[in-house]
Amino acid sequence: MSGLLEIFWKELADNFNSKRFVILFILVYLAGAATIYIAAQNIRTMVGDSTSNIFLSLFIVSGSNIPFSFPLFMSIFIPIIGIALGFDAVNSERTSGNLSRLLAQPIYRDDVINGKFLAGLVMIAILVISIVTLVAGLGLRMIGVPPEAEEILRLFMFILVSILYGAFWMSLAILFSVLFRKTSTSALASIAIWLFLFLFMGLIANLIAGAVSPVNQDSTVDQVASFDYLYRMINRLSPGTLYTESIQAILLPILGTSSPTMMMIGIYSGLKPAPLPLGQSLLIVWPQLVGLIALTAICFAIAYIKFMREEIRAT
Amino acid sequence: MNNNKVIEAQNLTKKYGKFVAVDSINLSIAEGEVFGFLGPNGAGKTTTILMLMGFSEPSSGSIKITGYNPAREPIKVKKVVGYMPERIGFYDDLTARENLRYTGRLNGIENPRLNEVIDRLLEEVGLKEKADQLVGKYSHGMKQRLGIADVMVKQPRVAIFDEPTSGIDPEGTDQVLNLIQNMAREKVTVLISSHQLHQVQKICTQVGIFSNGKIVASGSVDKLGREALRKGKFNIILPIAQIAPNVRDDILKIPGAVSIDNIADSTVVVADDDISKALEEVVYRSSGLKVQMKVEEFELEEIYMKYFKES
Repeated sequence: MSGLLEIFWKELADNFNSKRFVILFILVYLAGAATIYIAAQNIRTMVGDSTSNIFLSLFIVSGSNIPFSFPLFMSIFIPIIGIALGFDAVNSERTSGNLSRLLAQPIYRDDVINGKFLAGLVMIAILVISIVTLVAGLGLRMIGVPPEAEEILRLFMFILVSILYGAFWMSLAILFSVLFRKTSTSALASIAIWLFLFLFMGLIANLIAGAVSPVNQDSTVDQVASFDYLYRMINRLSPGTLYTESIQAILLPILGTSSPTMMMIGIYSGLKPAPLPLGQSLLIVWPQLVGLIALTAICFAIAYIKFMREEIRAT
Repeated sequence: MNNNKVIEAQNLTKKYGKFVAVDSINLSIAEGEVFGFLGPNGAGKTTTILMLMGFSEPSSGSIKITGYNPAREPIKVKKVVGYMPERIGFYDDLTARENLRYTGRLNGIENPRLNEVIDRLLEEVGLKEKADQLVGKYSHGMKQRLGIADVMVKQPRVAIFDEPTSGIDPEGTDQVLNLIQNMAREKVTVLISSHQLHQVQKICTQVGIFSNGKIVASGSVDKLGREALRKGKFNIILPIAQIAPNVRDDILKIPGAVSIDNIADSTVVVADDDISKALEEVVYRSSGLKVQMKVEEFELEEIYMKYFKES
C-alpha cells in the first residue's frame, strides 16, 4: 500500500512539474475564455424567454458563425488530456532504464501501473474541474443569474462524466504504452484510434445502416426510424458518442431524448418538450455511462494483465 | 536458512519457445561471498539474474534467496536484495538526491534516517558535490556510481550487479569495483555478471562460467585454474634451478606429492594437495635452505579461453 502511495505522489508531482501540464493549462484558460466570449454574444438569443436552466446555457451555447461550443471543445480536449497523461506511462520507464530499478524495490508490480493511473485520474479531475469552475465563475459575473441546486448537480454530473471519459482515453494510452516499446509508437497509436473514432465512425455507421435499411424520400417513418436506430447503435461503439450523448442529456434537460426521430414525432404531434428532471436525465444516460466504465475497465485490465505477466528486462 | 547459503538455485531452467536460455543450472552462494558470473553475451547470465530477482518466471527449477522464493514472495526478497540492472537509468529531471530519496521511500525508510543514509552514501560514492545536480547531466560513470548508492539505500544483504562496468572508462571502472569490494567487506553477499575478466578476478572470491545456458565450471579462480589447466593438480614453484637427488627423493615422499619438473630456472613440484607447508619443512631439513615458494596462480583469462576453445 505504501508503495502505491509513494508512486502516486511521485507521478502526481511529475505531472505538475512537466511542461505538458503547462500546455494543457494554457488550453484550459483559452477554452474558458472562448466559451465566455461566445456566451456573451449569443446567450440572450439562446435563452429567449425561458426562465429555467439559464445558468446551464452558459455551457452549451454555441456561436452563430464560429464553430466553437463548450461540449465540442471538451469532447476533443479530454481525449488529448487522457492520451497526454498515459501514452508514455510504462514504456518511458522502460526505455529510461528506470523500470527494473523501480521493480527491484519492495513494492508490488501493480503498484506502478495503479499509481500512475490514479495520478493521471487526479490530473484529469483537476483540469476538468478548473475549466468548469472557470467558465462558471466568469459566467456568473457576466450574466448575474445564480445556478439552481439542480443545475449545480448537473454540473457535478458533467464533471464526473468528463473525468470518466478522460479515464477511458488514459487507460487506452496506458495500454499502448505497455504494448509498444517506443513512446512515439504508443502516442501515434492512441491518436490514430482517436482520429478514427472521431472522423470515420459516423461515416462507417452511415454506410452500414444505409446498406441494411436504406432510406430515401419515399421511406416510411418506420424505415427512417430503423435506419436511425441502427446508425446510432453503431455510433455508440465509439466512446466519443457515448460521451457526447451523456453530456447532452445532462447539460440540456430540455432534450428529453436526444433522438431526432423522437423530436420529429414531437414536432409533428405538436407536443411541446418540457425539461426533464435530473433523475430522468440520469436514467437516459445510464447505459452510456456503463458503456464508458466498461470500456475503461477493459483497456486497463488488458494493460494490467500484460504488465503483470511481462518479463522485465533492462534493455 | 541452511548453512548460510544466501542464494540457492536448483535445476533452474528458462526456455523461450524452443530456445533454452538457461539450462538446469545449480547455484549455491554463501553469505559474504563475491560471486562472479562469467561468460559471453547470450550465455544466460542476465536471464539467470532476472529469475533470481523474480522479473522472469523460471520454466522449471527452484530458487531460494535468503530462504524465500522470489516468484512467490517477491516483497520479502526485494527487501534484502539490491539490484543494479545492466543499463541503469534514473529520472533525468530529478537530482541525484531526489532519485535516492524516492528509492528510500519505496523501501519504507523515513526521514530523518533517510537523509542521513543518503548523505553518507553520496559521500561514499564520491558524488557529494554533485548531489543536487539533475541526473540528466551526469556522465555514464557517475550514473553507475549513483547506481551503487541506489542499491545500498536499502542496506541489502545481497547485491546483484549486471555488467556494472560496461561502457565506462578504466578510472570509473576502478571506482565502481572498489565500491563493490567495500560492500563485500561489510558482509554483503555480492553477485556480479561481467565479461571483463581481469576485473572479475580482482574482486570475486568465486566465479561461475556460463556457456550456452549452462554453468560449465564454478569455484574459486585457483580451483578452476587447476581443474582446467593442470588436471586438478597443484603446482608449487620453488625458485631453485637444480635440487640434489636426496632432496628430490625426500620431496617425493611427502604424501600427495606426484612429480618434480624443471621449468626454466625453477623447480615445480606437482601435488594433489597444497603441500607447500610440508615442502618447506622437507627442503629446510634436507638442505638447510629456507626457500620462498608459492602455489601457482592462474589468470582467469587462460581458464576462460580454455573453456571456450573446448566448447
